[in-house]
Amino acid sequence: MDPSLIPEILASSIRMAVPLILASLAGLWSERSGIVDIGLEGKMLAAAFAAASASFYFQSAWAGLFIAILVSLAMALVHGYASINQRGNQVVSGVAINMLAAGLAVVLGNTWFKEGGRTPALSEAMRFMPIDLPGATALADIPVLAGLAKIVSGHSLLTYLALALVPLSAWALARTRFGLRLRAVGENPHAVDTAGISVARLRYQAVIIAGVLCGIAGAYISTSLSASFVRDMSAGRGFMALAALIFANWRAWPALYTCLLFGFLQAIGNFMQGARIGQFEIPVQFFNTLPYLMTVVLLAGFIGKSIPPRASGIPYTKDR
Amino acid sequence: MTPAIELIGIDKRFGSVHANKDVSLAIGKGSIHGIIGENGAGKSTLMSILFGFYHADKGEIRVGGKPVKIKSSADAIAHGVGMVHQHFMLVEPFTVLENVVLGAEGAALIGPALARARAELEHLAHNYELDVDPDATIGELPVGLQQRVEILKALFKGAEVLILDEPTGVLTPDEADQLFRILGTLRDQGKTVILITHKLREIMAITDRVSVMRRGEMVGTKETKQTSVEELAEMMVGRRVLLRVEKGEANPGETVLEVKNLTWRDRKGTARVDNVSFNVRKGEIVGIAGVSGNGQSELLDVIAGIARATSGEIVFEGKSIGALADPRYLRREGVAHVPEDRQHRGLVNSFDASESSILGWHFEETLGRGFHLDRRAVVERCRHEMQDFDVRPADPYLKSAKFSGGNQQKIILAREISRDPDLLIVGQPTRGVDIGAIEFIHKRLIALRDQGKAILLVSVELDEIRSLSDRILVMFAGKIMGERDASADERELGLLMAGVAKEAA
Repeated sequence: MDPSLIPEILASSIRMAVPLILASLAGLWSERSGIVDIGLEGKMLAAAFAAASASFYFQSAWAGLFIAILVSLAMALVHGYASINQRGNQVVSGVAINMLAAGLAVVLGNTWFKEGGRTPALSEAMRFMPIDLPGATALADIPVLAGLAKIVSGHSLLTYLALALVPLSAWALARTRFGLRLRAVGENPHAVDTAGISVARLRYQAVIIAGVLCGIAGAYISTSLSASFVRDMSAGRGFMALAALIFANWRAWPALYTCLLFGFLQAIGNFMQGARIGQFEIPVQFFNTLPYLMTVVLLAGFIGKSIPPRASGIPYTKDR
Repeated sequence: MTPAIELIGIDKRFGSVHANKDVSLAIGKGSIHGIIGENGAGKSTLMSILFGFYHADKGEIRVGGKPVKIKSSADAIAHGVGMVHQHFMLVEPFTVLENVVLGAEGAALIGPALARARAELEHLAHNYELDVDPDATIGELPVGLQQRVEILKALFKGAEVLILDEPTGVLTPDEADQLFRILGTLRDQGKTVILITHKLREIMAITDRVSVMRRGEMVGTKETKQTSVEELAEMMVGRRVLLRVEKGEANPGETVLEVKNLTWRDRKGTARVDNVSFNVRKGEIVGIAGVSGNGQSELLDVIAGIARATSGEIVFEGKSIGALADPRYLRREGVAHVPEDRQHRGLVNSFDASESSILGWHFEETLGRGFHLDRRAVVERCRHEMQDFDVRPADPYLKSAKFSGGNQQKIILAREISRDPDLLIVGQPTRGVDIGAIEFIHKRLIALRDQGKAILLVSVELDEIRSLSDRILVMFAGKIMGERDASADERELGLLMAGVAKEAA
């Protein structure tokens, strides 16, 4: 492999990692409050569809983002209602959301655009396009820095937003009143209730944050990473994000690193076409499988021991 | 002087259960007021209403003479009412400081609140002997200290009235004494303490006044100095009860159970039962005392065949059984087991009483052949046992969950004792059982002993151990700290329970 490709692969890794980072953070907020969110995938997929459709309809990437967030938020609230008010099984609710999103996106897409579930291709104005950081072009001729500039610069606004949300989430969870209460409610909601704080309200806030983040992730997938919606285009990213979150022990920074690793595994597939070991050409499918293999390995808990928030998945009732 | 708290005509129903019936109560400022009653008497419900955890259907709450509306715990805290719950309301991965601050952060960022709490804790530690390391993680603190954190939480939030719900259940006698000293100091500095308990001795030891509840009603309030344990027990139960267990001398015979160097390790490799040796003879009750969680449960599991011994030997009537871990074989050989956790292991809540009454014995030929279960025989047998053990209601078709704790325990005891075992292993025979049923269960255990059976008793109630046992073993951190006879001094047992080994003086 050509070493000059390295900056390109790393830049691509970041791009691939963005939806994972956003979804991981969504999962982080939700699960730290005690609400298991298996529906990251569905929310992202629905948001991706909503973003592509709305961008096309309103001719604006921002409109697409806005609608995507609304749609994802609506699904998050359904999950919240099922889990918080109705004390339902959170996994079942999440799976329902995934199925709903996968089906609805195709049916509505077919009805509206008649392209077999796809949405029409988006022009540049309807997408979040790469932006060059100031000064990046100036470095183009300096050997090492040029590579670095290639990695850091030239991403869309949503990428920088996702990266900024990692330290923000870590800080908010650790240092703010809201973060303290949210972490507490995920560990022992009874302690929160007896401290005179509403458990339901806190958990709704967490679910809403998760909805917004998944909305951004979905919009990124269809209006930045690609230029239209294709069926099932979230491609299991919600589950990869969950795997990363579990591996990261429900902490923001480790989740970022794990997502970047996932992004890297997804990215190398594109650069490894025709790679050989001796006479043997490695099928590209092998590389495409890697992130999913890693998801399975992480979710099966082969590596390390992770301790989930103690109250996660357990509906809160006053009586013990 | 106006009372600190007045409850007037409090009424509360949970579905068909009338938990509080028109209850009125006044609590004097700067006093320690005990509320006593059996399980289900409504004392915890009443206090949960005062703390805003539940809402009363009817009635009025006055704080310092003024009527107040308490709709949530936040309201209660705002009116200076704090509560230490029976199950601690702490966030285990959090530090002491974070727990204290939770709900009283004051601003969007928690930094300043943490600093304020640190200073305040130092102050409280100084005033009330409430020393705790503010940076320790809750999960790593012993329960006695966790309880202190609960008290600190309430005081930090400005509690003038402190409710404690069954605070000594998880404490060693020594820790309990320490708690009582702290409560005394709080009272002397003008705070009001409400103590919910079912332990009569605690009431007599530290309260100024005591109110007795029975079946949701307030029976009466007495000056502690002018009442007696006997009178309070009678008020609680509604009839005279025998508090002391009457038993004669034991006539121990040959050894039935011998445990030699028994060790059981959990998955992490920690020795939860650590090189334990003892024996139990015919016609005696051997009691194992200890604070909950010191390996007694695991020891019971191994002897009953639920867990397999890691090393060491268990010999029952000459047969080595330690490596078998086969409860059904043990049952047939004459080892009966009344498990500690009756709700989960003693019976199946959703089963009819008659079905629960054959659990573990369902293979008996009198109850059916092959795949077939003879329901009539099962019900008949259950009816018999219910009569024998005075189970109320004596209805074999009633769901197990519908019986009171005492009656559930009687169903289990009847099941195990009626098979005429040579060895009875009993864990927490009277946990969550009302006084009347305790009296009955104790009598049956003594009667079984007098028939020449061997009994191994585990209980966290030191009083129970002392009144039933012929010999007492004390467990701490998986080890047997020592053996004492039934007349052993309570302080000495308490020290052993706290892990302080002392040669018998």
